[in-house]
Amino acid sequence: MEFFLQLLVNGISLGFLYALSALGFVMIFKSSSVLNFAHGELLAIGAFMFLVLSAWAKLPIILAFALTLIGSFALGFVIERLFLRPLIGEALIEVIMLTVGLAAMFKGLMLFIFGGDIHDYPKFLPEGLSMEWGTIQIPSVYVATFIIGILFLIIFGLFFKYSSQGIYMRSVADNQPAALSLGVHVKRVFAMSWAIAALVCAMSGVVLGIINGINVHQISSVGLKVFPVVILGGLDSIGGAIIGGVIIGLLETFTGGYISTSLREVIPYIVLVLILMVRPYGLFGLVEIERV
Amino acid sequence: MRKFQFHPCGNFKESYNEEIKIFETDFGRLWLLIGLVLLFGVIPFISSPFMLYVLNTVGIYAIAAIGLNLLIGYTGQISLGHGAFFGVGAYAGAILATKANFPFILVVPAAGLITAAVGMVFGLPSARLKHLYLCIATLAGQFILEYVFVQWESLTGGAEGISVVGATLFGLDLGNDRTFYYVIFVCLVVMTWIAVNLIRTRYGRAFIAIRDNDRAAEGMGIPIFPYKLLSFAISSFYAGVAGALYAYFMMSITPEPFNLWLSIVFIAMIIIGGLGSIPGSVFGAIFIVALEEVLSHGTEYLMNVGPSAGAAITIAPLREFVFGLAIVLFIIFEPKGLAEVWRIVRSNFRLWPFSY
Repeated sequence: MEFFLQLLVNGISLGFLYALSALGFVMIFKSSSVLNFAHGELLAIGAFMFLVLSAWAKLPIILAFALTLIGSFALGFVIERLFLRPLIGEALIEVIMLTVGLAAMFKGLMLFIFGGDIHDYPKFLPEGLSMEWGTIQIPSVYVATFIIGILFLIIFGLFFKYSSQGIYMRSVADNQPAALSLGVHVKRVFAMSWAIAALVCAMSGVVLGIINGINVHQISSVGLKVFPVVILGGLDSIGGAIIGGVIIGLLETFTGGYISTSLREVIPYIVLVLILMVRPYGLFGLVEIERV
Repeated sequence: MRKFQFHPCGNFKESYNEEIKIFETDFGRLWLLIGLVLLFGVIPFISSPFMLYVLNTVGIYAIAAIGLNLLIGYTGQISLGHGAFFGVGAYAGAILATKANFPFILVVPAAGLITAAVGMVFGLPSARLKHLYLCIATLAGQFILEYVFVQWESLTGGAEGISVVGATLFGLDLGNDRTFYYVIFVCLVVMTWIAVNLIRTRYGRAFIAIRDNDRAAEGMGIPIFPYKLLSFAISSFYAGVAGALYAYFMMSITPEPFNLWLSIVFIAMIIIGGLGSIPGSVFGAIFIVALEEVLSHGTEYLMNVGPSAGAAITIAPLREFVFGLAIVLFIIFEPKGLAEVWRIVRSNFRLWPFSY
C-alpha cells in the first residue's frame, strides 16, 4: 500500500512536470498549428540561460529568473521572425522539418557551449515547502512545480479568455481567414504566441533543471514526451495538457513500479497510438469531424 | 528508323502519353546510357576503398529515400518511422540469413516483404488520421519498434545485436566493397526504375490524387484507405530492401542506428533532394552522406592539427548544428530541393543565351 501511495505521488509529480513542459507546446499549436519539434531544445535553452545568469554571473535569483524570462521571450520572437514567418502557408511537412532542423541547430550549439555534462543550480528553494505523510515524502521542488503549474494554468486560462491578445490568438487558431478579415494582425499573433511559448518553456526548463540537473540530452528528450501528453489531453487544450500530463506520469511510474522498467519509456507511445485510433482529438480537444 | 527527338522550343504536347513520358528527348536516353556505363564500368575501378564505402552508403540510403519519397512526396502521408522500418529490414535480413540460412538472393526481397507487412500495420492509423496526427502516430511507431529491437532478445540479440556473414551469390563472394557495390547499385537502378514507372501507372496517379486532395480523390472513385496502405507497404518494402543490404554491408547490426534521428535524416534527404521527385531522393542521399562525411572528416582533421586539438573535441557537436542549418536553409530558400536546382541549371543550359 505504501509502495502504491509513493508511486501515486511520484506519478502525479512527474505528471505535473510533463504538463508544465507541455504548456508552451500547446500555446504554439493553439495559435499557429505548428507542431514544434524543437520544444525540448527550447526547454533546455531556458534552463541554460538561467544557469548562466544565476550560477556563472552570480546574479540574485529573482533577477536572474526575470532576465531568463525576458531573454527567452525575445528568443521566441526572433525564432518566429527569422524561421517560421517565411513558411506561413507552406505544407505541413516543411514546417515540421524546419522545427526539426532548428532542434538540431539548438542542440548542437548547446552541446558546443555547455558540453554533455550535468550542471547544477545553486540551492535556493526554501526547505519548508517539502511535505511528509508518514513514510511518503514530497520534496519541495515538486511542491513548487505543483504550485507553479496551477498558477500558470490559471494565468493562461484568464489570458485566453479575457485579454485581447488571447482572444486574437484563439480567433486565429479557429479560422485564420476570418480573423484576418476582422482586422486581427495574424503575423503579430504568431510572433506573440512564439514569444510567450518560449517564455513558458524557459520557466518549465528551469523547473526541470532544478529537479534533474541540467543536461542537454535529458531535457531535450522531454520534448518528445510532450507528444503523448498533448494528444491525450487534446492538442489545443491547456487544461487537457495538465490532465494528460498527470495521466501519462501515473502510467509511467506504475508501469515502472509494477511491470518493468524498460516498458516504462515506451508505454506512453503505445497509449498514444491507442488514443489516436479511438479519439484523435484527445480528452478535451476541439472535436473536429473530419472523414479521411 | 524513327526520327531523333530534340528539345522542342515550347510545350507542344498533344496527348497524355506525351505528358507522362520519361524521356522527352533522345538526349536523355543517351545520357542515361552514359551514366550507367560510368556507374558500372568506370567508377568502381577508379574509386579508392574509402570512396567505394561512401558510394555504397549513398546507394543504400538512396533506396530507402526513394521509398520514403513515394510515401511523403507522392502520397502525402508523413511518416516519422522510416528509420525504424529500415531497421526492421536490417533485422529481418540478418535473422533470415543467420537463423534460417536463406541464400542472399532470397534474403533481400524477403526482408522487403516482411518490412512491407510491418509498414502496413503501422500504416493502419492512416485509416482515421491524416496530417499531423498521422505524423505523431508514426512517431509512436518509431519508438515502439525501437523498443522491440532492444527487448525481443531471443530474436534480435538485444543490445548486442546480430553479426551477419558476408553475402555470397551463386558461389561468388560479395564480401568486399567493390563486389557489393555492384549488388547495391543494381538494386538501386532496379528500384529506381520500378519507382519511376510506378508513378505513371494507375496506382501512382491514385497516390498523387490522394496527396493533392483526398476528398476529391475519393469522389473520383479512388478507395483511399487501401491505396494509403499500399503506399505504406511499398515505401516500407524499399526501406526493408535497403535495410537488408545495410545488414550485409555492415556485417553486424545493433539497435542504435535505427533511432528517430535516422528517420529525420531520411526526411531531410527527401526535403533537400526534392519532395515528389525520384531523382531528387538520390540527390538528397548524396548530399546528406557527403555532408556527414565532410563534417566528420573536418572535425577529425581539426583534432589532428596541433594547437587546436583541445578545441576540436568541443567542435564535434557543431556537426549537428551544421546539419540542422542545412535543413533550415533548404526549406526557407529552396523548398523544392536539389531537383529544382538541377532543373533550373538544365533549362539555363538549354535556353542559353536567351533564357527569357
